[in-house]
Amino acid sequence: MSDTVIKVENLSKQYSIGSAVDRHQTFREALTDTFTYPFRRLKHALNKGNAASDGNPEYIWALKDVSFEVKQGEVLGIIGRNGAGKSTLLKVLSRITEPTEGRATLRGRVGSLLEVGTGFHSELTGEENIYLSGTILGMKSSEISRKFDEIVAFAEVEKFINTPVKYYSSGMYMRLAFAVAAHLETEILMVDEVLAVGDAEFQKKCLGKMGDVSKQGRTVLFVSHNMNAIASLCNKAIFLCGGNAKGPLSVMEGINLYLGQSGLNEKVFKAKPLNRAKVQQKGDIIEIVVEYELEKEIKMPVLGFIISDYFGNPICGSNLIDHPQEQLVKPSNKGAVQVIVEHPQLLNGTYRLSLWFGDGIENFFGDKDCLIFDVLNMVTKRQLPIDKVGPVFPKCRWYFQ
Amino acid sequence: MSNSRSFEIIIEPKGALKALQWKEIWQYRELLRFLTVRDIKVRYKQTVLGGLWSILQPFMSMVVFTIFFGMLAKVPSDGLPYPIFVYTALLPWQFFSNGISNAGNSLVASSHLISKVYFPRIFIPAASLGAGLLDFLVAFIILIAMMFYYGIYPGLGIFLMPVLLLGVAVTALGVGMTLSALNVAYRDFRYVIPFLVQLWLFATPVIYPASIVPEGWRWLINLNPMAGFISAFRSSLLGTPIPWNDLFISGAVGLGLFALGIAYFTRMERRFADII
Repeated sequence: MSDTVIKVENLSKQYSIGSAVDRHQTFREALTDTFTYPFRRLKHALNKGNAASDGNPEYIWALKDVSFEVKQGEVLGIIGRNGAGKSTLLKVLSRITEPTEGRATLRGRVGSLLEVGTGFHSELTGEENIYLSGTILGMKSSEISRKFDEIVAFAEVEKFINTPVKYYSSGMYMRLAFAVAAHLETEILMVDEVLAVGDAEFQKKCLGKMGDVSKQGRTVLFVSHNMNAIASLCNKAIFLCGGNAKGPLSVMEGINLYLGQSGLNEKVFKAKPLNRAKVQQKGDIIEIVVEYELEKEIKMPVLGFIISDYFGNPICGSNLIDHPQEQLVKPSNKGAVQVIVEHPQLLNGTYRLSLWFGDGIENFFGDKDCLIFDVLNMVTKRQLPIDKVGPVFPKCRWYFQ
Repeated sequence: MSNSRSFEIIIEPKGALKALQWKEIWQYRELLRFLTVRDIKVRYKQTVLGGLWSILQPFMSMVVFTIFFGMLAKVPSDGLPYPIFVYTALLPWQFFSNGISNAGNSLVASSHLISKVYFPRIFIPAASLGAGLLDFLVAFIILIAMMFYYGIYPGLGIFLMPVLLLGVAVTALGVGMTLSALNVAYRDFRYVIPFLVQLWLFATPVIYPASIVPEGWRWLINLNPMAGFISAFRSSLLGTPIPWNDLFISGAVGLGLFALGIAYFTRMERRFADII
């Protein structure tokens, strides 16, 4: 079982930002670009002294020298913030896009699920879509025929199998799409956040199905922001940051790196509009203080926040617009906002805070899980374990008859 | 899973000259079938006349051309009745022109697939061409009816027809692949294609016979691969002598376009997902 199934060596992928923002959409632009290229090159060389692509601001490395190995039967979680290169890594490994440098060797058939419903066509019936999507994902039609009943049963769409999917409810559509993907029998499976669909019941079913997949000895690469899913499904993790990879690590190490990246309970921002943000527990309340500074005056410094648990599941959140009586009267371009959260009361544990800032019309700032804070004895009564009862302490009254 | 060892995929940057992966195309062959079936099924969904459109298109063109070019402009037709003369040419022409326009737009229309899953990209333009083949076969029924009406029957030349059709398909695939790849990078081609098709029709002996071109200039018109194919197609079905010379020149150019299409397509293919 110690066979290496995936071997990634110094894999790098470069994107040109110019082409991402204003790619040569028309032929004329490409022509002008070709003619002006030597001049731009010359100018660049004169300005910079060197025109090496590493230092070239027109290019970014979405992945840089990523190396790791995955053994057969392992479920590798790929963790990182938005833009860390997770999706690029999956796209390179599933051959959608080519690497700029480096090499990867995969042993076995590869199935990649980067979205739910790849290849579905709304005009075709459920049955036709099962075959179409299945073959696009790499199944043989004999394989699909063999599993057809199972797929239909899993998706719970027996009655509508001959109806065009455009008449399906979005839930039915998602279920059918996932059912096809879940029955892929490739030795290597790459999954990108597809679990973020459907109702809670169906999500549980999908998670179960994913667990089965790894039990069959197949190798899985799994990208998710949901640390609960990572913790329950994966047995190894790599952590991506700015295109660089750390790992493979143990799942807990990976999750800690991801969460630790959020910093502590105070953060100084380099760019406007926020200078500083701080969150801390003070007795039985949670205090959030944010200092802002803007170019122009605003009437309403609208601060929004979400408190999430350690794994990133949101618990509660609010913003100034929900409390209109508390608006600032005097327009200002500088100031501080203090929020006192009295309720809910949280049990002992580590929590994360996401912040947004705007003027009520426009958002100037948003940072998910930017702060991390501990809560200790906010509830002075006996505390039940957080993984059993959840993080919130209920305010109750008891009556007897 | 016993055969899993036989699969080894190596991912690395490939040079500009990447050979077409025939082995892989063979592995995925079923996908071509399903994509073609999809294109056929989706084509006439939610239309009232449905598959009748595949007959109406060439039939109406024939009526219009017969009135304006055959009756009013008195364009010669090598001694054949003008309607059947123009209809036999319209069949392969529409297969070709619909083929290159559908194939040319096919990659952009499938951008959601290209950025989300891997499979040999060549199947996308190829499938849209395959769907056109069905239109061709349906419209062919009208031709058979017209043959009985005019009493014009094909000779042995009919055995050449499948080869000619293959030639048209290969040429259309070459042109279609080139256009589709260009369209991914430069959306200008969405507007270029209809214009190109229109001009190409007039450069092809569909509404006029190749014989109206002076002998000394015939080679020039045959550089258009459709010229030779369509003249030969007409001869093979209507029993006139097959213009072998024209056919050889056009066939060679057609194969050349096919090779060019494959070369350009495979060169551009690796960038599709990044720029689409």
